Amino acid sequence: MSATLEEILAQALKELCDATDLIQLDQVRVNYLGKKGLFTLQMKELGRLDPEQRRSVGQIINQAKDQFQEQLESKKVALEIAALQSRLASERIDVTLPGRGQSVAGLHPVTTTLRRISKIFASVGFQVVEGPEIEDDYHNFEALNIPSSHPARAMHDTFYFDAHTLLRTHTSPVQIRAMESQKPPMKVIAPGRVYRCDSDITHTPMFHQVEGFLVDTDVSFADLKGVVYEFLRAFFEKDIQVRFRPSYFPFTEPSAEVDIECVMCNGEGCRVCSQTGWLEVMGCGMIHPEVFRAVKIDSEHYSGFAFGMGVERLAMLRYGINDLRLFFENDLKFLEQFN
Amino acid sequence: MQISEAWLREYVNPPINTEELVAQLTMAGLEVDSVTPAAAEFSGVVVGEVLSMQQHPDADRLRVCQVNVGEEQPLQIVCGASNVCVGLKIPAALIGAVLPGDFKIKKSKLRGVESFGMLCSEKELGLAADANGLMELAPDAPVGVDIREYLSLNDAIIEVDLTPNRADCLSVEGIAREVAVLNKMDWSITEVQQLAAGHQDSLTVTVDAPAACPRYLGRLIKNINNKAETPLWMQERLRRSGLRSLGPLVDVTNYVLIELGQPLHAFDAAKLTGGITVRWAKNDEELALLNGQSIKLDSDALVIADDKQALALAGIMGGSDSAVSDDTRDIFLECAFFAPQSIAGKARRFGLHTDSSHRFERGVDFTLQARAIERATQLIVEIAGGSVGPITEVTSASTLPQCPVVALRKQRIEKMLGIITLADEQISDIFQRLGMNVQTQTDGWHITPPGFRFDIAIEADLIEEIARIYGYNNLPSSSLLMRSELSPATEAVLDGERIKDLLVDRGYREAITYSFVDEDIQKIIAPDDEVVRLKNPISSEMAVMRTTLWCGLLKAALYNTNRQQNRVRLFETGLRFVNKDGVLHQQKMQAGLALGSAYAEQWGENTRKVDFFDIKADVQAIFGLTGCDVQFLPAQQSALHPGQSAEILSSNGEKIGWLGMLHPTLEKQLGFDTQVFLFELDQNLTLNKNIPVFKSLSKYPSVRRDLALIVKEDISAEQIISCIKGCAEPTLQDITIFDIYRGKGVAEGSKSVALSLSLQDDSQTLTDSEIDAILNRMLDTLTQTISAKLRD
Repeated sequence: MSATLEEILAQALKELCDATDLIQLDQVRVNYLGKKGLFTLQMKELGRLDPEQRRSVGQIINQAKDQFQEQLESKKVALEIAALQSRLASERIDVTLPGRGQSVAGLHPVTTTLRRISKIFASVGFQVVEGPEIEDDYHNFEALNIPSSHPARAMHDTFYFDAHTLLRTHTSPVQIRAMESQKPPMKVIAPGRVYRCDSDITHTPMFHQVEGFLVDTDVSFADLKGVVYEFLRAFFEKDIQVRFRPSYFPFTEPSAEVDIECVMCNGEGCRVCSQTGWLEVMGCGMIHPEVFRAVKIDSEHYSGFAFGMGVERLAMLRYGINDLRLFFENDLKFLEQFN
Repeated sequence: MQISEAWLREYVNPPINTEELVAQLTMAGLEVDSVTPAAAEFSGVVVGEVLSMQQHPDADRLRVCQVNVGEEQPLQIVCGASNVCVGLKIPAALIGAVLPGDFKIKKSKLRGVESFGMLCSEKELGLAADANGLMELAPDAPVGVDIREYLSLNDAIIEVDLTPNRADCLSVEGIAREVAVLNKMDWSITEVQQLAAGHQDSLTVTVDAPAACPRYLGRLIKNINNKAETPLWMQERLRRSGLRSLGPLVDVTNYVLIELGQPLHAFDAAKLTGGITVRWAKNDEELALLNGQSIKLDSDALVIADDKQALALAGIMGGSDSAVSDDTRDIFLECAFFAPQSIAGKARRFGLHTDSSHRFERGVDFTLQARAIERATQLIVEIAGGSVGPITEVTSASTLPQCPVVALRKQRIEKMLGIITLADEQISDIFQRLGMNVQTQTDGWHITPPGFRFDIAIEADLIEEIARIYGYNNLPSSSLLMRSELSPATEAVLDGERIKDLLVDRGYREAITYSFVDEDIQKIIAPDDEVVRLKNPISSEMAVMRTTLWCGLLKAALYNTNRQQNRVRLFETGLRFVNKDGVLHQQKMQAGLALGSAYAEQWGENTRKVDFFDIKADVQAIFGLTGCDVQFLPAQQSALHPGQSAEILSSNGEKIGWLGMLHPTLEKQLGFDTQVFLFELDQNLTLNKNIPVFKSLSKYPSVRRDLALIVKEDISAEQIISCIKGCAEPTLQDITIFDIYRGKGVAEGSKSVALSLSLQDDSQTLTDSEIDAILNRMLDTLTQTISAKLRD
């Protein structure tokens, strides 16, 4: 009897040992501890023994069973670890391979620049307004104090459709349209495409401008200077030198050109700034009383400033782009650089 | 305008160097564009005099000269120039001299004869592009003096880019006046001698257009020798102002134009008939201009005429019939003031732009004419001789410009410029230095500008002058305290920028293409659209305004496929321009293009071409942002494949845009070798957004039921879905098409569409019998409306 049990135990332990996976191991468990398992059957046979024997034999069987169970558990843990190890090994991948699917593209650098400009001004409450690109002579010129014989018209090489209709040469007409439809106080910026009949290395017949203006009861040139300084420093993220030079625009008085310290050479003088150390980046001034008159705003009560800048120019300076024409060729090799 | 710095400094010579002077001008609003040396670098060249000259023993063309260069012994120099002769004063380069281009002069032997230097031409000194022999200096040129010093070549040419309001600075005197103000110095005005009349002949002058020509002065100068040589100093000053020497008469009028800013004109008196009349041209009157151009005039053009014909386009250009030549002996010299508004725009109308028109249309000092005609007369007689006649002057006092009295209020200065620390005396000093008449008032000043300041008309102009002279950079700068209102955060309209971001995230790169396109391409893509045509396009490739953004995107795509790019995804946002029933519409559009493989080449996925449903997913994603239902209806569009194009409609039937494959014919015509997919949406209609309305969540489970329907081929998915939705079943949550099957088990001409329905009730768990009842109702409707059958 006990020899048989020993044999069973030895066989059981051998089978445990031989089991190579959890399924086999479970089969071994069933074979010995299941309803019809060999240990189970041994226990059932106890009933046929007399009570004294039953106790001692029972004890022996239980010891064998415990031993088996203990080994079973440890084998199970070992097999589980092995299984995990093997899964981990089999699921190993080359994580340096690229991810799949659609890749992200990018915005045009002009849009990125426009967004940055808009964001800076929107942060202090400027409202973004757009206007038509096919304009009438009145909004593009007359209302901006540029009558038909004005020499300044020669500086605007204008595309015409007929005597009164044209492609806007600047974003300033949006200033007129906004002042016609709204009452001061107002703070507006107007980004968009503008057109000049001019095409060479440094001119494209279409480009982008941002016009900005502010009208309120007590706006002075000092405020204009402050806003322009702060804007340029925010845009270039640098405490750059800024200077104001007297200039002339028919729709502002006083008028100024704004130069910044050359961002390519830090004002040392280079090819980009024609050795001057300065770069012209925008025009600005106090809104001319004639312009206020055209939009029926009382210039005795209100004053305001306006400024305008070329977006491509700012983008070129910001990103070091050296050829204006690249902006409109839409070469993927160019666009890709601005993701 | 460009002028010589040395010339300027003869008028006013502030103790600052060129760089400082230039910076000063720029910062005062007279922007200096460039500063260039008057002559190239060279050294060791002096004034020499040819003392004697012998034929070279071994060379026909060479001569052996003895040249006095101011040293004890003359130098022997071999020279090959044809104009060398005894007594000639010439530039002589000594041994050790360095000429432009780093050309060093050494002792040398020419065909066996020693030469101790070189006699120079203008070209060799870098003063002219070409030369015909040696540069001939004036007979009184001082021998031995450095040529740079003698010709004042250590000079800079300053080019000033003047804004249209500063016509007063279009002369050396004008800039000198400004420099004097900036440096608080006096300047010396050009001294003008009045010559005594040598004869009493004159021409009658009649001004028929006194408003356009308020002042006209003229005089006859007789017996001039126009073959005389313009003196070197004048030629040099003209050269440094960018003008070529063209004989004494033209040179003098040009010189006075640069010196004083007054344009003058000399007519050949022998070619005139009768008197001079300033009048408006007759319609169709013709005039042959000095530049060889012949123009047809109308009553809008002001001319100077004699009794026979128009002689000159007033203030713009003279005519060839009355032009002076080398043989001219008698001239009629004109010096007039033409009103800016009568000249403005006229030159441009005839495609002309002259130094004269440039000044007259911006404004010439109307008090200058008497001085200018005397100055020109004096210079003409000095150079070319001649006998001077009396001046005929016609002035119409009533049409001369009035110098306006402009009131300047103290309080406006602060309002416009911010708080500046300028005392009243300093302010009136600024205006006085600017040549203005200043009268102090209790609250400010009354200021009268001088005749040369056409730009001063209103108070703001005066405030600008204060700012300019005080210095823009000295003005205060303040951090703006702005009145601010909170702006509404509009939710029912999507921000258009969000769509750009979405497209970028889905792999589309943003393009910006020209708004004007090639009419041929425009016609191919949208033959039915009425285009808006530019009157003066830059080229035929940019002649009409686009009626669809596809024109530019297709061109950009081609640009890239021609450069080895085989996968292109682009989008653009911008206006399209459509004429409809005589009304121009400028519509903001959102357009995209995709060609090549659906995904960039990558491992682990099979490469496949992008197809209709790829870009439909992109378009649907846009509407996913707004939550608005749109319909994609099969429809025909000339640019698109008839079987793969859809018109996009909003739920209330507005036409939002198009989506589809480029028509294969166009694909070939435009030069693509692959399928191209396009979409274009009206941005305003696309941005309408639904503001979400919360619906409570059901606590009961949802069930999914799958249906496989057999329908005819021509029944669209959209029809099936709208048919099911038409049942208005309240428990229906969602419909998903998960398979389309054709082939075995499905009759030819039919297809099996497998869909799953998701059902859920708000108040109870649906029982099987309830679900069956719902499905049966739906099937009945499907059978009745689109003859759908349940697949066995």
